[in-house]
Parts: sequence; C-alpha cells; structure tokens
Amino acid sequence: MRSALSTINRVAPAGSSRPQGLLARVHLDLPLLTGLILLVGFGLLVLYSAGGEDIGLLQRQGVRLAIAFAVMAGLAQVPPAQIRRWSPALFVVGLALLFAVLIVGEIGKGAQRWLDLGVFRFQPSEMLKLAVPMMVAWYLAEQPLPPRWAHLMIAAAMTLVPMLLIAKQPDLGTALLVGSAGGFVLFLAGMRWRVIAGLTALMGASAPVVWWLMRDYQRQRVLTFLSPENDPLGTGYHIIQSTIAIGSGGVYGKGWLNGTQSHLEFLPERSTDFIFAVLSEELGLAGVLGLLALYLFIVMRGLFIATQAQDTYSRLLGGSLILVFFVYLFVNMGMVTGLLPVVGIPLPLISYGGTSLVTIMAGFGILMSIHTHRKLLPT
Amino acid sequence: MRRRTIKNYRQESQLFVNRALTSAAFAILLLCLIVARLVDLQILSYDHFKTQSRENRVKLVPLPPTRGLIYDRNGVLLAQNLPAFSLEVTPELVDDLDATIAQLAQLTDISDDDRQRFERLRRERRRFDSIPIRVRLSEREAARFAVNRYRFPGVDIEAKLVRDYPLGANTAHVVGYVGRINREELEQIDPSNYAGTTHIGKLGVEKTYEDLLHGRVGYQQVEVNAKGRVLRVLESQPPVPGKDLHLNLDAGLQEAAFEAMHDYNGSAVAIDPRTGAVLALVSKPGFDPNLFVEGIAPSAYRALTQSPDKPMFNRALRGQYPPGSTIKPFIGLAGLELNAIGLQQKHFCPGFYQLPGYSHKYRCWKKAGHGSLNVESAITQSCDVFFYNLAYTLGVDRLHNFLSQFGFGRPSGIDLVGELGGLLPSREWKRNARNQPWYPGETLILGIGQGYFLATPLQLATGTATLASGGQFLSPRVGRYLEEPGGKGAPEPIRPEVRRVAWQDPANRKIVIEAMRKVVEGDRGTARRIRSDAYHMAGKTGTAQVFSVKQDEEYDEDTVPRELRDHALFIAFAPVEDPRIAVAVVVEHGGHGGSVAAPVARKLMDYHLLGSTQ
Repeated sequence: MRSALSTINRVAPAGSSRPQGLLARVHLDLPLLTGLILLVGFGLLVLYSAGGEDIGLLQRQGVRLAIAFAVMAGLAQVPPAQIRRWSPALFVVGLALLFAVLIVGEIGKGAQRWLDLGVFRFQPSEMLKLAVPMMVAWYLAEQPLPPRWAHLMIAAAMTLVPMLLIAKQPDLGTALLVGSAGGFVLFLAGMRWRVIAGLTALMGASAPVVWWLMRDYQRQRVLTFLSPENDPLGTGYHIIQSTIAIGSGGVYGKGWLNGTQSHLEFLPERSTDFIFAVLSEELGLAGVLGLLALYLFIVMRGLFIATQAQDTYSRLLGGSLILVFFVYLFVNMGMVTGLLPVVGIPLPLISYGGTSLVTIMAGFGILMSIHTHRKLLPT
Repeated sequence: MRRRTIKNYRQESQLFVNRALTSAAFAILLLCLIVARLVDLQILSYDHFKTQSRENRVKLVPLPPTRGLIYDRNGVLLAQNLPAFSLEVTPELVDDLDATIAQLAQLTDISDDDRQRFERLRRERRRFDSIPIRVRLSEREAARFAVNRYRFPGVDIEAKLVRDYPLGANTAHVVGYVGRINREELEQIDPSNYAGTTHIGKLGVEKTYEDLLHGRVGYQQVEVNAKGRVLRVLESQPPVPGKDLHLNLDAGLQEAAFEAMHDYNGSAVAIDPRTGAVLALVSKPGFDPNLFVEGIAPSAYRALTQSPDKPMFNRALRGQYPPGSTIKPFIGLAGLELNAIGLQQKHFCPGFYQLPGYSHKYRCWKKAGHGSLNVESAITQSCDVFFYNLAYTLGVDRLHNFLSQFGFGRPSGIDLVGELGGLLPSREWKRNARNQPWYPGETLILGIGQGYFLATPLQLATGTATLASGGQFLSPRVGRYLEEPGGKGAPEPIRPEVRRVAWQDPANRKIVIEAMRKVVEGDRGTARRIRSDAYHMAGKTGTAQVFSVKQDEEYDEDTVPRELRDHALFIAFAPVEDPRIAVAVVVEHGGHGGSVAAPVARKLMDYHLLGSTQ
C-alpha cells in the first residue's frame, strides 16, 4: 500500500521542484517543517539565555527535539487510514493506563501522573492528548454531521471521562488540553451554535461547583490571578515578577542574554513555563511579535492542511490537533502576561522539557501525514 | 444504534471549512488580545516596569567610614583599627546548622557566649547574611580553619577592622571604648550616616568626639540577584573617613601615674595650667576596654561590676572626696582677697577652737597647738584652728562665692562625659537639699575641707591650675586637635572655655603660693620629703576622713583597717615661677597625704618636667 501511495505521489503536482518532491516522498510538509524549524531554532536561542547560558541544558533539549522530530517524521509515514484504525485501541489502552496511574501511580511532584514501567517512566495523560481527539474524530466521522444529541453525548463522554481522570491526578493543565482537544473535534464537526452557547452558560453556572471541587492550591492560583499584589512574596510572586520582566523589556528589549529579571533569578521557572517572560524581557515587543508571527503561520498552515483533508476523520483530527497547539501557546502567554491564572502549560516547542514536546510533534506528524497522503483528485 | 444516515460529504466539508475559518478568526482575535496586553505592559507601562525592574536589582549599600585614630600628644597610638578574623556562618548555605557548629567547635573554641550571640544575631538578620560564630580568631585558628574550609560550605573567615586599645586599662577611663550600637543610641544618631556602622563611642573621648571620629558614610549602588547577593558594583560614592584625634594626654605620664600609685586605688589628674590641657587622667584600677568592643561576655562583665575595687568607676570624674586640707590655700587666699585677714595678721592655735558661746571643741590635728601663726605659716603647717577661725570670719556665703570661681561645686566642663560637680555647700543648698538652716559649726569645718564639701580629683586639679595660672580658669581639654587622616589639611584645634578670677591684689596670690612652696620645700612643710632640686614645686597635702573620730577618741593610722583609713590627697604645681603642670592626687585609704599622695605627684612632675621619673 505504501508503495502504491508513493507512486501516486511521484506524479504529484506539476511544477514542484526536486527538493519538494523529495520532501513529499518522505511525507513531510515543507511550509510546516520550515515554520517548526524556525520556531525551534528561535526557542533554543531563548532557552540558552533563560537557562543561564548552560550548554548542557541546550544539549539535553537538543536530544529531546531530535527524538520529537523523529517521532513526527515517523508518524508522517503512517497513512491517516491506519491512524484511524488505531484510534479506538489507543483510546482504550490510554484510559486503562489512566486508571492504572490512579491505582498504582507513583507519587511524583505531589501528583499522581507517572507510571513506572521499570525501564522508563510514562505519563499516560500525555498519550490521551492524542487518543481523545482521535477517538472522538473516529466516532463522529461515522455519524452524519452536524452530530445529533445522542452522538454529542457519547462524544462528550469520550472527552470528559479521561479529562476528569487527569484533573483528579491533579493535572489541570493537561486536563484542559485533553478536554479542549475533544471539544475542538465536536466544534469542527459542526456542533450547533446554540448548543455551544448553552454549554458556555452551563459552565458559567457551574463555576461555584468547580470552585468547590478544586483543591486548595488551585483555588489559591485563581485568587492570585485575580489580585497578585495581595501576596507579592508568596503566590503572587511569579506573576508580579513576570509582568515586571515583560514590561521592562519595552519595544526592543534589554538585549539577548541581558535580561536582568531572568539572569538575576528574580523570575521563577524561567526556562520552563515562564520562558515567554525571558523572551519578552530580552527581545522586547519586537521579538514577541516575531514569535507570534511564527506561531500564527504554523497554526494557519495546520488549519489549511485540515481543510484540505479528504476525509472527515482526517479533517476533524487535524483541525483539533492544530487548535490544541494554539491553546498551548495562548494559555501559556495568557498566564505569563497575567491575563489568565497560572496553569502549568509550557510554551510549545520553546519551553525546556520533553514530555509535551513529543506529543506536540506527534501531532504535527499526523498533520503532515494527512497532507502528504492525499489521493490526487482530478481537478 | 446501527441506524445509518446517508452522509452529505460536500455539505460536511463546507461546514468544516466554516468552522475552521471561525477558529482561525478566533485565534487571531485571541492573539490580538495577547498583543494588546503586551502593548499595555511593554509600551504604556514601560516606565513603571523599567523602574520596578531596576529597583529589583539595584540596591544601595552603605559603605561605613573608617573610624579616626586616637593619638596621645607624642603620637603614641591610643586607639587603632586592627584587622581581625572572625568565623562567619551564612545560614542559607548550611544544611544542618547545629551539626556544622558542633563540627566547628571541634576545630576551634566556641564558647556558650559565642553560641548565644550567634543565636541572637541569627534572629535579627537575613538568611543570606553571614553571622559571626567566633570573633578575634588567632592567626593559628584562622589557618586551621582555612585548611578545613572545604568541609564547611557556607562557613567562611571574614577579615574586618576591629577597634583596639593598645594601652588597655591605663587609658580606658580617658579614651573610653566603642561598642555595638544599642537601641537607645539608635534613636539619637542620624540613621543614614550610621547605615552600615555597627559600633559607636560609648565612653571617654570615643563618645565625646564620636561625630568627628566616625566620619561620613559612603554609598555603593550594586546589582543584586533575587536572593540579594551582590553581583557587581554600578556606582559608588566613597565614605569620608573619620578624623584622627590627637589628645593632650601624655601616655607616658599616664603610665607613670599608674605605676606611682602602686596597688592603691585612687586618681591622679595632671593639667597644663597655661592651656587647660589634660596631661594625665588616671582612675585606678582601670579595666580592659578591648573586652567591650565585640560585646563583653556576661561572666567578665559580672566580674567587673561586682569587684569591690569598682574598676568601672571613673574616680577622676565621678569620685567625690572631701578636699580636706588641700582647700586651705584657697581659703587663705579668700581671706586675703576679701580683706578678712591681713598678710601678717596672726592667730593663736592652742590645739583647739571653740565658737563663742559653745562648749564644743574643734580640734587641730596637732594636739599641742601651733602657737601663733600668720596665713603663710598656717598653710605651710596646715593649722586647722587658723582656718576654723578664718572660715568663721568669712562666713559661708563669701566662702562659697570665692571658691566657686576656682571651679568647685560645678562640673569643670571637661570634654569627657559623666563628670560630677562635687559639692560646694551654701545656705541655699542646705535649705533646698536638706530643708535645714546653716549652722555656724558647719562653716568651721568647711574651712578645713570637711563636712558637706566634696570635690572630684579633676576639680582639685583645675582649681590648682587656676591658682597656678594666676586666675585663669580653663575648662580642661583631653582632646588637642583633630586632623584629616594622614595629616592632610590644617588641624582643627580644640579650645578650652576661659573664665577669669577677679583679683583684688596679685600680691595675695604670691603669698599663698609661697606658702605652698614651703609645704614642699620648707623645713616644717608637710610634704618636704618630695622636695626636688631640679625645680621649685608648690603643693598642699590633705587628708579626707572616711569615718569620724569621736570627741574623745584618737585616730591611729596603724590600727585602723585599710578600708577605713583616711584618703590621702595632694595638690601641687611646678615650676613655681612658670607653672607648666598642676596635679591633684587622691589615694584612697592612703592615710596621710604627705606620705602617699605627694610622691605620686612628684613622679608625675619629674616625668613631665625632667623627662623621667628619676
């Protein structure tokens, strides 16, 4: 089957140059790949400064990036139909692992997230970031769209069960991402606006219940978000220092490696969740706009790929994956700039750390697969 | 469930495109929100955050000035700043404080006092401040720690300047000492000028000249990290070091006085009558001022305060003794000046004196009586009866007014803190203090320097200096001049206040001085044993009773226990023709002034006038 597809691809659009043809043969999308490479390169520069000019840190991140790109390239080779077939199995396994974490989960960082498999530690919630949209897309692709109430309910259950399990770990950030992944599939599948409006109203009404369900530290985060200056040295410290870092960057920044807030250690979590503040401080608004342009380009390319997909499953999954990527960057920036409460979500492809990196790149792998495995239709 | 509806792929595709476009629009909208927030932070509030960021990292660190040095009149160092090693612990960098201190204790002595001070300071300071666990390490101890330093992260040797008084106890009562600033002092000083200064003058000239010795604080703008650690210096304004203080004091003379007093307690004050310069100011026993600089250990402090010898008590300034016979030259002078007695007018001493109409006998120290005496021989032989009569003739009011011109009854105004004014009694004083009228008998014993009359050794010395200088009362000055360190700039002289005694006839003073010369040089003088061939000296012995002898009892020096023996007093100046030194000596429980106190004065004069005690 693979050989058959590659044969078709070989006769792909006329006028394409050799390298493009070469990339197409290995199922990589040039615009997306270019955007990703630029973003990652930019991220490494910022990380070098944020990590205190630590080459070792950069090397470790480089290894993770290499693995993540390898995963992307690997997944890009798998045709969407294959991915679609795997969807239910992956979802069931992921859900089972989530329960396993709940039962035998090892305590790590005060939260039950890890599953020790002996050789390495595995975070099942990470897997569900892909498995949930795959499952919901798999399910809805079979149904007439826009989905009916019954289908909506089932799809919502597929999203909410893993989401609540993850929130219970507690890992609010991942729960939010998993939930939005499922939600985006529903949205893209054409869930009616009045249903969306109704759900939004319901969420607003259930806010007190959510508050009641939240843990103390989560409530504290919300309170801190509302008024960080109440506790400038305690819980408000992160957000106060990060707004100082961003604001003092001005239009052109203090210069690469010259951020005082970050280099003098006023800024916490500067190489991980708050790396955006380092960038804003050192490169200023100009640098941030550059970053936003890159992100916007990647998101738009992703959405374009989704619209070009030839089957409902690919469309829904591709669209959801790229929108989740957007949620990553928006929530992170919103948090660091003080627009949103502090939620542990990294700045995608820039923050130091490996777990989410692989998942994100896997998502881009799927997108590339969707785009490069299209059958040529007569125009 | 398996009910299949036919899917409209074209419509679904169109629906998806719509939704994707909506998402894209929404994403752009949200990114605009982020951009708006960034514009708010980075452009509109830029100045605010720039200032905050600067305030975060830039701190003002005070640079304490170096304290001025103190020299004696010959350039001998009396107070200096010595580099000293202290062992300091930074709690932030130490995992287990107790274990670390226990290990340090194996390496070097750490007393309970050290631990207590460490605990106290630890509560007051920040976690990244280093706190001394041991001060004044010897070089040997410092070296021993240096070798083992790798075992103690967060523990380090700090070198800093510590005030040191090389002459120790000898100059403690004059130079004083510095100590850590306490809460009371903190309220009185200018906090900005003392930012970074830990010590302040507590006693002696260290306290009097505190402002000038201290200098002006400097500042350094430094960049710090989030933990407050200094990373680099941005800007600095150097401190202005304190001025060096040069004293009138002669360290050699001071030491000679200490030695001359042997194991007696007491005081000796030497003043230059021409300038009011304090050449020596001894209060014996002294104490080691160095103990106080880094905080005295409670046990050592208890020993000092509970000693019966009272080493902390400054006898020269605060010891109030009856002046005894040393007041007689002043009374005699009063008689002559106020025309109560003629130069050659004689009075007969039968060995006692009785007030008209009273039976009480006021005895002369010489039971057999002196016979007929004029004022000169009365001073020389220290006849009590003559001065009973003279005091009675003058009356308490005139005596009080005359003697106060010589500084009795009020503080001399010396540049040392804590001076007491003695007591020159008067009718008014007795009415106010005791609510009693003045009795005539009290006037009599005033004439021989007993009764209520009290004077400090310093007052006796200034009174003598005033007499020697021909009536020029100068408030005594320990400080001579202040100078920029290293001798730059013109020295700032320290001047005494001047008051003049109003004379009727200068010849009267000559008679009294001649009488005092004969005390030392005459055949029958009470201090003839200290006569010097090298210069002429004028003096007067005195004895201050510690307990009263009843009318029918005899005072026998040999049988009375030492602590009940009389205080021996002596005042003198020399050379008679051109006085350069005036001295007052009080030897507690020394017996008769002529035998114990006068030799001390002689040694001081020899040292000052001849350059040696031989």
